Amino acid sequence: MSTTAVSPHGAHDSHAHGMSVGQFISTYVFSLDHKIIGLQFLFSTLLWFLVGGLLALGIRWQLAYPWQDMPVIGRMLFSAEGGQISPEFYTTLFTMHATVMIFFVIIPILAGAFGNYLIPLMIGADDMAFPTLNMLSYWFMWPAFILIGMSFLFPPYGAGGGWTSYPPLSVVWDAAPGSHWPQSLWLLGVTCVGISSMLGSVNYMTTIIQMRAPGMTMFRLPLTIWAMFITAILQAFALPVLTAAGFMQLTDRLLGTGFFLPDGLVVNNSAPATGGGQPLLWQHLFWFYSHPAVYIMILPAMGMVSDIISCFARKPIFGYKPMVYSISGIAGLGFIVWGHHMFVSGMNPLLGMTFMVSTMMIALPSAVKVFNWLGTIWGGKIQFTTPMLFALSFVSMFIIGGLSGIFMAATPVDIFIHDTYFIVAHFHYVLFAGTAMAVFGSIYFWYPKMFGRMMDENLGKVHFFLTFLFLNGTFFTMHILGAVGFPRRLADPYDYDTFRHLLPMNRFMTWCAIGMVATQVIFAFNFIRSMFFGQVVGRNPWGANSLEWMAPSPPGHGNFDFQPIVYRGPYEYGSPEVDTDFYPQTQPPPADPARRYKDPDHH
Amino acid sequence: MGRFWSLLFLSVPIVGVLVFVWAMAGWPGMENHWLPANIGGNEALWIDRLFLFILALTGVIFVATGLIFFWFLWVYDAEKTTQPVKYFHGSHTLEVVWSIIPAATLLFIAIFQMKVWANAKLERPTQDGIPKAPIAEVTGRQFEWRIRYAGKDGIIGTQDDILKVNDLHLPINEDIVLKIKSQDVLHSFFLPHVRVKQDVVPGMQQFVWFKANRTGKYDIVCAELCGWGHYKMRGRMTLQKRADFDKWLEQAWQEQEVASFAPPAGE
Repeated sequence: MSTTAVSPHGAHDSHAHGMSVGQFISTYVFSLDHKIIGLQFLFSTLLWFLVGGLLALGIRWQLAYPWQDMPVIGRMLFSAEGGQISPEFYTTLFTMHATVMIFFVIIPILAGAFGNYLIPLMIGADDMAFPTLNMLSYWFMWPAFILIGMSFLFPPYGAGGGWTSYPPLSVVWDAAPGSHWPQSLWLLGVTCVGISSMLGSVNYMTTIIQMRAPGMTMFRLPLTIWAMFITAILQAFALPVLTAAGFMQLTDRLLGTGFFLPDGLVVNNSAPATGGGQPLLWQHLFWFYSHPAVYIMILPAMGMVSDIISCFARKPIFGYKPMVYSISGIAGLGFIVWGHHMFVSGMNPLLGMTFMVSTMMIALPSAVKVFNWLGTIWGGKIQFTTPMLFALSFVSMFIIGGLSGIFMAATPVDIFIHDTYFIVAHFHYVLFAGTAMAVFGSIYFWYPKMFGRMMDENLGKVHFFLTFLFLNGTFFTMHILGAVGFPRRLADPYDYDTFRHLLPMNRFMTWCAIGMVATQVIFAFNFIRSMFFGQVVGRNPWGANSLEWMAPSPPGHGNFDFQPIVYRGPYEYGSPEVDTDFYPQTQPPPADPARRYKDPDHH
Repeated sequence: MGRFWSLLFLSVPIVGVLVFVWAMAGWPGMENHWLPANIGGNEALWIDRLFLFILALTGVIFVATGLIFFWFLWVYDAEKTTQPVKYFHGSHTLEVVWSIIPAATLLFIAIFQMKVWANAKLERPTQDGIPKAPIAEVTGRQFEWRIRYAGKDGIIGTQDDILKVNDLHLPINEDIVLKIKSQDVLHSFFLPHVRVKQDVVPGMQQFVWFKANRTGKYDIVCAELCGWGHYKMRGRMTLQKRADFDKWLEQAWQEQEVASFAPPAGE
């Protein structure tokens, strides 16, 4: 315990060795300190990342070796089928893979782990505005973990309606094996995640608006904080819709209301439905949340990548304000594009046209961001550290994920590629090759702040290199499958003549996926080992400018041992005002007016 | 190591383009790894053209940004560069330029394709000035496609309908209109070879239309998750010349229309 030198909350004795049980619980379990809560989120989400990855391997196994016994663990998991993945368990696999990755990994690791850890530190505050709310936002994840975990106990071991849970499949009890209790547990679990996110987002908005250090104007905030701020707003406005829709589905399932079922519907000999509902209503409500959620899952990553790239290019970020405006633009447009998930859903095709135009337009701020990242590395002195490599790969991969989005935005093309592997390729490039790589980079970058020790750079580079190769082997090929029209969510696509010949390519992808998951062992080893044996560092090992690097590593309770006063933005690398190549936000300007930099473009 | 990492990022556009070219050309190992044979009418051809147009456009951007990215990494590698860091906060002109050009391009694509979308989803083919009547009704059901042809009276839903399961026969070289619906959960009626896909929603009925120009047997795919047996909800579409189709339909009617059931001899 002595390696994490966080002083116990409210205790005078800062030596962990002499801690009572009560002190231990209030310090490390029900902590009110944003850093501990952030780390709790980080550890929980990384564990679920492993679960989600293993679920993905189950999907990949079935697609490469359909109906063949899964080696080693097959017999333990599916003894009834003699080690095979049954088709109903296959639906559970992809449903839970997406659910775990989206609701238990990406959203909480960005907002919960990094948002929590970084917001007060980067704005120069001693903690969040509402520490108790913050603690609750973590502990509301646990009912979700337990509910979704419990759903695995009921045959066929998990909800199977897809992470989108489209009715009637998800509503009618006997429509699918997974639509029994697992689906109700799933809905309750997702609702708890929503409560957690909502508690967090209210807190983040208040903290960023109210608790900035003296001199920290809004346009001196690091882009990470801007992204977290906009994300919190997105959460606050979009989440109530998902929560309401979830409860509507729950009452449809349990109380016999009729929001989503048409009159008299009979599925699999169920009793006829009574309500005059409409299945498409769910899709509208679901995507009204879940499309903004896509940006909730990428904007914070973009912010963190901007900070990392500027730091290791040793150069100011290119176009700070356009970056802020494009984050806001993506968020604003993000509310009026949800219909692009529904072009062929049966929604009025005229409405599809308007959604197509807004969807095309949302590619614009994304493009502006890419150009600004390119502008940032232009003329810098690029240091290829592990966090930088991950951040650069985010840019490189986001170009692919962004461009493939244009295919889907084009409604006629979407007719063909909707629900094929082209879509699967697209969102894995955005969410794995984009967000997850940015998260890895951010862990390497802020690890010394979190634990006061460095992660091993060599192991980090091996981890990066292998992950980069395997992820492209797994996901780039999906574009090709998509071009053939290879559909998602089929337990055995090879029954179709059109897709039978695609098995060898799927085998290749599966082996890449296995390699990718296996590579993460290097990361786990490095992460755990460095906590105890990593090189001890001071406050600012990377020579960065933003406020968190002015605090001790790791920061004690209350964060700063001085009152930070901010004089400038966070990206003043290479400034002629100082002799160092970085210029911390807290460093006063030179006393000699002759040394002060005059912007030649600024009159 | 900066050199190595720059080259790694250079490999992204190179290998990326190579994979696509390999698949399009159908070179060894990737035969038929591209858009499946297009036997559809004008709309289907336009969908492919749009796909290829967007592929070409995004391909150029992909390669250009990839090369610029590589070049900056190569030149401004801290281990190699001798130039001082350019202390530079951005360029208003550049921001305007790289906002307006993509905006105009994207808006062009959006407007350009509206006609194709309208033809595929809004403007049902007409016959004698009125929207053409469907030749058959296809109903999705866990886990099969139930097909009803209008019988001699030309109206679907009457006594003389011809019923089939998963076996859709259609004539070529004429506008085909199908009425599609679902009996239980969502399904999606996907005909990859004529580039048709439409989800079917219980409580709604919809029409799809297309034209096929080649005879043969093709897959009908369910493309929307419909339960544990989703993967096996496979239909077959047999495309025939009009005369053959009429013959088949008549024969199907004869097989179905039996006044009394007589077990085959020997049972």
